[in-house]
Amino acid sequence: MSESSAAAERSHIPSLGELFLGFLAIALTGFGGVLPWARIVLVDRRRWLSGEQFAHDLALAQFLPGPNIMNISILIGARFRGPLGAIVCALGLAGAPAVLMIVCGLLYSRYSDIAWLRGGLAGLGAAAAGLLISLAAKLIVPLLRERRVVSLVFALVAFGAVALARVPLYWAVVLLAPVSIAVFRWRAE
Amino acid sequence: MRDDSALSVFLLQLVFLSFVAIGGINAAVPELHRQVVEIHGWLSEQAFTDFFAIANAAPGPNMLIVTLIGYQLGGATGALAATAAICMPTCILTYFAAKAWERFKDAPLRMAIQAGLMPITVGLVAATAYLIVRTADQNAAAVAISAATAALAYFTRIHPLWAFAAAAALGFAGLV
Repeated sequence: MSESSAAAERSHIPSLGELFLGFLAIALTGFGGVLPWARIVLVDRRRWLSGEQFAHDLALAQFLPGPNIMNISILIGARFRGPLGAIVCALGLAGAPAVLMIVCGLLYSRYSDIAWLRGGLAGLGAAAAGLLISLAAKLIVPLLRERRVVSLVFALVAFGAVALARVPLYWAVVLLAPVSIAVFRWRAE
Repeated sequence: MRDDSALSVFLLQLVFLSFVAIGGINAAVPELHRQVVEIHGWLSEQAFTDFFAIANAAPGPNMLIVTLIGYQLGGATGALAATAAICMPTCILTYFAAKAWERFKDAPLRMAIQAGLMPITVGLVAATAYLIVRTADQNAAAVAISAATAALAYFTRIHPLWAFAAAAALGFAGLV
Protein backbone atom coordinates (compact mmCIF):
# COMPACT_ATOMS: atom_id res chain seq x y z
CA MET A 1 0.00 0.00 0.00
CA SER A 2 2.67 2.48 1.04
CA GLU A 3 4.65 1.39 -1.98
CA SER A 4 1.79 2.07 -4.35
CA SER A 5 1.09 5.49 -2.82
CA ALA A 6 4.78 6.37 -3.11
CA ALA A 7 4.58 5.23 -6.71
CA ALA A 8 1.46 7.31 -7.22
CA GLU A 9 3.34 10.42 -6.08
CA ARG A 10 5.76 9.82 -8.90
CA SER A 11 3.21 8.17 -11.17
CA HIS A 12 4.04 10.45 -14.05
CA ILE A 13 6.61 8.80 -16.30
CA PRO A 14 8.60 11.58 -17.99
CA SER A 15 8.27 11.74 -21.77
CA LEU A 16 11.29 11.71 -24.09
CA GLY A 17 11.02 15.48 -24.46
CA GLU A 18 10.92 15.99 -20.70
CA LEU A 19 13.93 13.73 -20.24
CA PHE A 20 15.87 15.68 -22.85
CA LEU A 21 15.00 19.03 -21.26
CA GLY A 22 15.74 17.73 -17.76
CA PHE A 23 19.26 16.66 -18.66
CA LEU A 24 19.79 19.79 -20.74
CA ALA A 25 18.94 21.80 -17.63
CA ILE A 26 21.46 19.77 -15.61
CA ALA A 27 24.15 20.36 -18.23
CA LEU A 28 23.60 24.10 -18.54
CA THR A 29 23.34 24.86 -14.82
CA GLY A 30 26.22 22.58 -13.91
CA PHE A 31 29.13 24.97 -13.77
CA GLY A 32 32.26 23.42 -12.31
CA GLY A 33 31.03 19.85 -12.43
CA VAL A 34 27.51 18.55 -12.93
CA LEU A 35 26.96 15.90 -10.27
CA PRO A 36 25.60 18.16 -7.50
CA TRP A 37 23.19 19.71 -10.00
CA ALA A 38 22.06 16.33 -11.22
CA ARG A 39 20.82 15.58 -7.73
CA ILE A 40 19.06 18.92 -7.38
CA VAL A 41 17.24 18.61 -10.71
CA LEU A 42 16.42 14.90 -10.63
CA VAL A 43 15.53 14.45 -6.96
CA ASP A 44 14.50 17.83 -5.55
CA ARG A 45 12.94 19.65 -8.48
CA ARG A 46 11.52 17.09 -10.91
CA ARG A 47 11.12 14.24 -8.42
CA TRP A 48 11.91 11.60 -11.00
CA LEU A 49 13.68 9.53 -8.35
CA SER A 50 14.14 9.39 -4.59
CA GLY A 51 17.37 10.42 -2.87
CA GLU A 52 18.03 6.79 -2.12
CA GLN A 53 17.59 5.78 -5.75
CA PHE A 54 19.94 8.55 -6.79
CA ALA A 55 22.62 7.35 -4.36
CA HIS A 56 22.18 3.87 -5.74
CA ASP A 57 22.46 5.03 -9.36
CA LEU A 58 25.49 7.13 -8.46
CA ALA A 59 27.25 4.16 -6.87
CA LEU A 60 26.70 2.12 -10.02
CA ALA A 61 27.73 5.01 -12.27
CA GLN A 62 30.97 5.44 -10.34
CA PHE A 63 31.67 1.74 -10.33
CA LEU A 64 31.28 1.39 -14.10
CA PRO A 65 33.93 2.91 -16.40
CA GLY A 66 33.31 6.18 -18.21
CA PRO A 67 32.19 9.65 -17.15
CA ASN A 68 29.94 9.22 -14.10
CA ILE A 69 27.29 11.71 -15.07
CA MET A 70 26.92 10.18 -18.54
CA ASN A 71 26.36 6.79 -16.92
CA ILE A 72 23.67 8.28 -14.70
CA SER A 73 21.88 9.71 -17.74
CA ILE A 74 21.90 6.25 -19.32
CA LEU A 75 20.58 4.53 -16.20
CA ILE A 76 17.72 6.97 -15.74
CA GLY A 77 16.81 7.26 -19.41
CA ALA A 78 16.76 3.48 -19.79
CA ARG A 79 14.62 3.02 -16.69
CA PHE A 80 11.89 5.36 -17.91
CA ARG A 81 11.95 4.97 -21.67
CA GLY A 82 14.26 2.12 -22.67
CA PRO A 83 17.08 2.51 -25.20
CA LEU A 84 15.58 5.63 -26.79
CA GLY A 85 15.27 7.25 -23.37
CA ALA A 86 18.93 6.52 -22.67
CA ILE A 87 20.00 8.12 -25.96
CA VAL A 88 17.81 11.18 -25.40
CA CYS A 89 19.16 11.76 -21.88
CA ALA A 90 22.78 11.40 -23.01
CA LEU A 91 22.22 13.83 -25.88
CA GLY A 92 20.49 16.31 -23.60
CA LEU A 93 23.45 16.19 -21.23
CA ALA A 94 26.36 16.29 -23.67
CA GLY A 95 24.96 17.94 -26.80
CA ALA A 96 24.67 21.62 -25.89
CA PRO A 97 27.88 21.74 -23.81
CA ALA A 98 29.79 20.06 -26.65
CA VAL A 99 28.57 22.72 -29.09
CA LEU A 100 29.55 25.39 -26.57
CA MET A 101 33.02 23.83 -26.34
CA ILE A 102 33.36 24.00 -30.12
CA VAL A 103 32.67 27.74 -29.91
CA CYS A 104 35.24 28.02 -27.11
CA GLY A 105 37.74 26.08 -29.20
CA LEU A 106 37.19 28.41 -32.14
CA LEU A 107 37.60 31.50 -29.98
CA TYR A 108 40.66 30.01 -28.30
CA SER A 109 42.44 29.26 -31.56
CA ARG A 110 41.85 32.84 -32.74
CA TYR A 111 42.26 34.95 -29.65
CA SER A 112 44.24 33.03 -27.04
CA ASP A 113 47.31 35.21 -27.48
CA ILE A 114 45.53 38.47 -26.57
CA ALA A 115 47.13 39.60 -23.33
CA TRP A 116 44.02 40.29 -21.22
CA LEU A 117 42.42 37.01 -22.34
CA ARG A 118 45.63 35.15 -21.46
CA GLY A 119 45.37 36.73 -18.03
CA GLY A 120 41.77 35.59 -17.65
CA LEU A 121 42.71 32.06 -18.63
CA ALA A 122 45.60 32.05 -16.16
CA GLY A 123 43.14 33.08 -13.43
CA LEU A 124 40.66 30.39 -14.45
CA GLY A 125 43.43 27.80 -14.53
CA ALA A 126 44.50 28.65 -11.01
CA ALA A 127 40.89 28.41 -9.79
CA ALA A 128 40.41 25.06 -11.54
CA ALA A 129 43.58 23.80 -9.85
CA GLY A 130 42.22 24.94 -6.49
CA LEU A 131 38.92 23.15 -7.08
CA LEU A 132 40.86 19.95 -7.79
CA ILE A 133 42.85 20.33 -4.57
CA SER A 134 39.61 20.54 -2.59
CA LEU A 135 38.22 17.51 -4.43
CA ALA A 136 41.33 15.47 -3.64
CA ALA A 137 41.22 16.68 -0.02
CA LYS A 138 37.56 15.68 0.33
CA LEU A 139 38.53 12.17 -0.73
CA ILE A 140 41.73 11.87 1.32
CA VAL A 141 40.75 13.49 4.63
CA PRO A 142 38.09 10.88 5.54
CA LEU A 143 40.63 8.11 4.92
CA LEU A 144 43.12 9.84 7.21
CA ARG A 145 40.51 10.53 9.88
CA GLU A 146 39.33 6.92 9.95
CA ARG A 147 42.94 5.67 9.71
CA ARG A 148 42.16 3.45 6.75
CA VAL A 149 45.79 2.47 6.32
CA VAL A 150 45.30 -0.06 3.53
CA SER A 151 43.25 2.38 1.44
CA LEU A 152 45.82 5.12 2.03
CA VAL A 153 48.66 2.85 0.91
CA PHE A 154 46.90 1.98 -2.34
CA ALA A 155 46.00 5.64 -2.93
CA LEU A 156 49.62 6.63 -2.34
CA VAL A 157 50.95 3.96 -4.71
CA ALA A 158 48.46 5.02 -7.42
CA PHE A 159 49.48 8.66 -6.93
CA GLY A 160 53.20 7.89 -7.02
CA ALA A 161 52.88 5.69 -10.09
CA VAL A 162 50.83 8.13 -12.15
CA ALA A 163 51.99 11.55 -10.91
CA LEU A 164 55.67 10.94 -10.11
CA ALA A 165 56.81 7.85 -12.03
CA ARG A 166 54.50 8.79 -14.96
CA VAL A 167 53.41 5.20 -15.46
CA PRO A 168 50.69 4.92 -18.14
CA LEU A 169 47.25 4.86 -16.54
CA TYR A 170 46.49 1.51 -18.17
CA TRP A 171 49.38 -0.19 -16.39
CA ALA A 172 48.67 1.51 -13.10
CA VAL A 173 45.04 0.37 -13.12
CA VAL A 174 45.59 -3.10 -14.59
CA LEU A 175 48.34 -3.88 -12.07
CA LEU A 176 46.94 -2.13 -8.99
CA ALA A 177 43.19 -2.76 -9.19
CA PRO A 178 43.30 -6.60 -8.96
CA VAL A 179 45.73 -6.45 -6.00
CA SER A 180 43.60 -3.88 -4.21
CA ILE A 181 40.38 -5.79 -4.86
CA ALA A 182 41.98 -9.05 -3.69
CA VAL A 183 43.20 -7.42 -0.48
CA PHE A 184 39.75 -6.01 0.31
CA ARG A 185 38.10 -9.30 -0.57
CA TRP A 186 40.48 -11.14 1.78
CA ARG A 187 40.01 -8.62 4.60
CA ALA A 188 36.22 -8.99 4.39
CA GLU A 189 36.40 -12.72 5.17
CA MET B 1 47.05 21.79 -36.62
CA ARG B 2 44.71 19.53 -38.57
CA ASP B 3 45.87 16.02 -39.02
CA ASP B 4 43.51 13.12 -39.69
CA SER B 5 45.91 10.48 -38.45
CA ALA B 6 46.46 12.37 -35.20
CA LEU B 7 42.69 12.60 -34.72
CA SER B 8 42.12 8.89 -35.28
CA VAL B 9 44.94 7.97 -32.89
CA PHE B 10 43.43 10.34 -30.32
CA LEU B 11 39.93 8.85 -30.74
CA LEU B 12 41.26 5.34 -30.22
CA GLN B 13 43.11 6.48 -27.10
CA LEU B 14 39.91 7.97 -25.73
CA VAL B 15 38.02 4.71 -26.13
CA PHE B 16 40.72 2.82 -24.22
CA LEU B 17 41.03 5.60 -21.67
CA SER B 18 37.31 5.65 -20.95
CA PHE B 19 37.46 2.03 -19.81
CA VAL B 20 40.36 2.43 -17.36
CA ALA B 21 39.52 5.89 -16.02
CA ILE B 22 37.97 4.67 -12.79
CA GLY B 23 36.58 7.63 -10.94
CA GLY B 24 35.69 9.64 -14.02
CA ILE B 25 37.50 12.10 -16.23
CA ASN B 26 39.47 13.67 -13.38
CA ALA B 27 41.29 10.37 -12.98
CA ALA B 28 42.09 10.30 -16.69
CA VAL B 29 43.70 13.73 -16.95
CA PRO B 30 47.31 12.61 -16.23
CA GLU B 31 47.09 10.02 -19.00
CA LEU B 32 45.49 12.53 -21.38
CA HIS B 33 48.36 14.90 -20.60
CA ARG B 34 50.96 12.18 -21.07
CA GLN B 35 49.60 11.25 -24.50
CA VAL B 36 48.59 14.64 -25.84
CA VAL B 37 51.43 16.82 -24.52
CA GLU B 38 54.36 14.58 -23.62
CA ILE B 39 54.27 11.80 -26.23
CA HIS B 40 52.62 13.29 -29.32
CA GLY B 41 53.09 17.01 -28.75
CA TRP B 42 49.65 17.81 -30.14
CA LEU B 43 49.15 20.52 -27.52
CA SER B 44 51.52 22.76 -25.59
CA GLU B 45 51.62 22.53 -21.81
CA GLN B 46 49.96 25.95 -21.73
CA ALA B 47 47.10 24.97 -24.05
CA PHE B 48 46.43 21.81 -22.04
CA THR B 49 46.15 23.79 -18.80
CA ASP B 50 43.93 26.35 -20.54
CA PHE B 51 41.65 23.64 -21.91
CA PHE B 52 41.34 22.05 -18.50
CA ALA B 53 40.36 25.42 -17.05
CA ILE B 54 37.82 26.17 -19.80
CA ALA B 55 36.19 22.74 -19.51
CA ASN B 56 35.93 23.21 -15.73
CA ALA B 57 34.57 26.72 -15.84
CA ALA B 58 32.05 26.11 -18.63
CA PRO B 59 28.71 24.44 -17.90
CA GLY B 60 28.48 20.73 -18.63
CA PRO B 61 30.44 17.63 -17.78
CA ASN B 62 34.18 18.09 -17.15
CA MET B 63 34.91 15.45 -19.77
CA LEU B 64 34.49 18.26 -22.30
CA ILE B 65 38.25 18.84 -22.16
CA VAL B 66 38.43 16.05 -24.77
CA THR B 67 35.97 18.02 -26.94
CA LEU B 68 38.40 20.95 -26.95
CA ILE B 69 41.36 18.72 -27.79
CA GLY B 70 39.29 17.07 -30.53
CA TYR B 71 38.49 20.50 -31.95
CA GLN B 72 42.17 21.38 -32.03
CA LEU B 73 42.99 18.18 -33.93
CA GLY B 74 40.04 18.00 -36.31
CA GLY B 75 37.72 21.00 -36.13
CA ALA B 76 34.04 20.63 -35.27
CA THR B 77 33.92 17.04 -36.53
CA GLY B 78 36.91 16.15 -34.38
CA ALA B 79 35.26 17.78 -31.38
CA LEU B 80 32.04 15.78 -31.76
CA ALA B 81 33.91 12.56 -32.52
CA ALA B 82 36.08 12.98 -29.42
CA THR B 83 33.01 13.61 -27.25
CA ALA B 84 31.39 10.44 -28.61
CA ALA B 85 34.59 8.42 -28.18
CA ILE B 86 34.98 9.26 -24.50
CA CYS B 87 31.42 8.38 -23.54
CA MET B 88 29.64 6.21 -26.11
CA PRO B 89 31.35 2.83 -25.55
CA THR B 90 31.02 3.09 -21.79
CA CYS B 91 27.42 4.33 -22.06
CA ILE B 92 26.56 1.19 -24.02
CA LEU B 93 28.28 -0.92 -21.36
CA THR B 94 26.31 0.89 -18.65
CA TYR B 95 23.06 0.22 -20.44
CA PHE B 96 23.64 -3.51 -20.35
CA ALA B 97 25.39 -3.67 -16.98
CA ALA B 98 22.53 -2.09 -15.02
CA LYS B 99 20.58 -5.35 -14.74
CA ALA B 100 23.58 -7.47 -13.74
CA TRP B 101 24.38 -4.99 -10.97
CA GLU B 102 20.97 -5.49 -9.37
CA ARG B 103 21.52 -9.22 -9.29
CA PHE B 104 24.93 -9.00 -7.58
CA LYS B 105 23.99 -6.18 -5.24
CA ASP B 106 25.12 -7.93 -2.07
CA ALA B 107 27.77 -10.25 -3.50
CA PRO B 108 31.01 -10.02 -1.46
CA LEU B 109 33.09 -9.75 -4.63
CA ARG B 110 31.08 -6.76 -5.81
CA MET B 111 31.65 -5.03 -2.49
CA ALA B 112 35.36 -5.88 -2.64
CA ILE B 113 35.57 -4.42 -6.15
CA GLN B 114 33.94 -1.21 -4.95
CA ALA B 115 36.16 -0.97 -1.86
CA GLY B 116 39.27 -1.88 -3.85
CA LEU B 117 38.76 0.63 -6.66
CA MET B 118 38.01 3.56 -4.36
CA PRO B 119 41.58 4.17 -3.06
CA ILE B 120 42.96 3.99 -6.60
CA THR B 121 40.47 6.64 -7.67
CA VAL B 122 41.64 8.79 -4.76
CA GLY B 123 45.27 8.41 -5.84
CA LEU B 124 44.43 9.25 -9.46
CA VAL B 125 42.48 12.39 -8.56
CA ALA B 126 45.38 13.49 -6.36
CA ALA B 127 47.73 12.89 -9.30
CA THR B 128 45.57 15.11 -11.50
CA ALA B 129 45.59 17.83 -8.84
CA TYR B 130 49.39 17.61 -8.59
CA LEU B 131 49.81 17.86 -12.35
CA ILE B 132 47.41 20.76 -12.87
CA VAL B 133 48.72 22.72 -9.88
CA ARG B 134 52.29 22.36 -11.13
CA THR B 135 51.44 23.91 -14.50
CA ALA B 136 48.72 26.39 -13.49
CA ASP B 137 50.44 27.94 -10.48
CA GLN B 138 53.41 29.71 -12.03
CA ASN B 139 53.39 32.81 -9.80
CA ALA B 140 52.38 33.96 -6.36
CA ALA B 141 49.03 35.37 -7.51
CA ALA B 142 48.05 32.06 -9.11
CA VAL B 143 49.07 30.15 -5.99
CA ALA B 144 46.93 32.49 -3.89
CA ILE B 145 43.92 32.00 -6.20
CA SER B 146 44.31 28.21 -6.05
CA ALA B 147 44.60 28.23 -2.27
CA ALA B 148 41.58 30.51 -1.89
CA THR B 149 39.46 28.43 -4.28
CA ALA B 150 40.47 25.20 -2.55
CA ALA B 151 39.60 26.63 0.87
CA LEU B 152 36.29 28.02 -0.38
CA ALA B 153 35.27 24.72 -1.98
CA TYR B 154 36.46 22.63 0.95
CA PHE B 155 35.20 24.60 3.92
CA THR B 156 32.11 26.40 2.62
CA ARG B 157 29.06 25.64 0.52
CA ILE B 158 29.60 28.70 -1.67
CA HIS B 159 29.33 27.75 -5.32
CA PRO B 160 32.81 27.42 -6.94
CA LEU B 161 31.51 29.42 -9.90
CA TRP B 162 32.08 32.56 -7.81
CA ALA B 163 35.72 31.60 -7.40
CA PHE B 164 36.01 31.08 -11.16
CA ALA B 165 34.41 34.45 -11.84
CA ALA B 166 36.67 36.27 -9.36
CA ALA B 167 39.77 34.50 -10.66
CA ALA B 168 38.94 35.36 -14.27
CA ALA B 169 38.28 38.99 -13.28
CA LEU B 170 41.67 39.21 -11.54
CA GLY B 171 43.23 37.71 -14.65
CA PHE B 172 41.50 40.15 -17.02
CA ALA B 173 42.79 42.98 -14.84
CA GLY B 174 46.30 41.70 -15.46
CA LEU B 175 46.96 40.64 -11.88
CA VAL B 176 47.73 36.94 -12.50
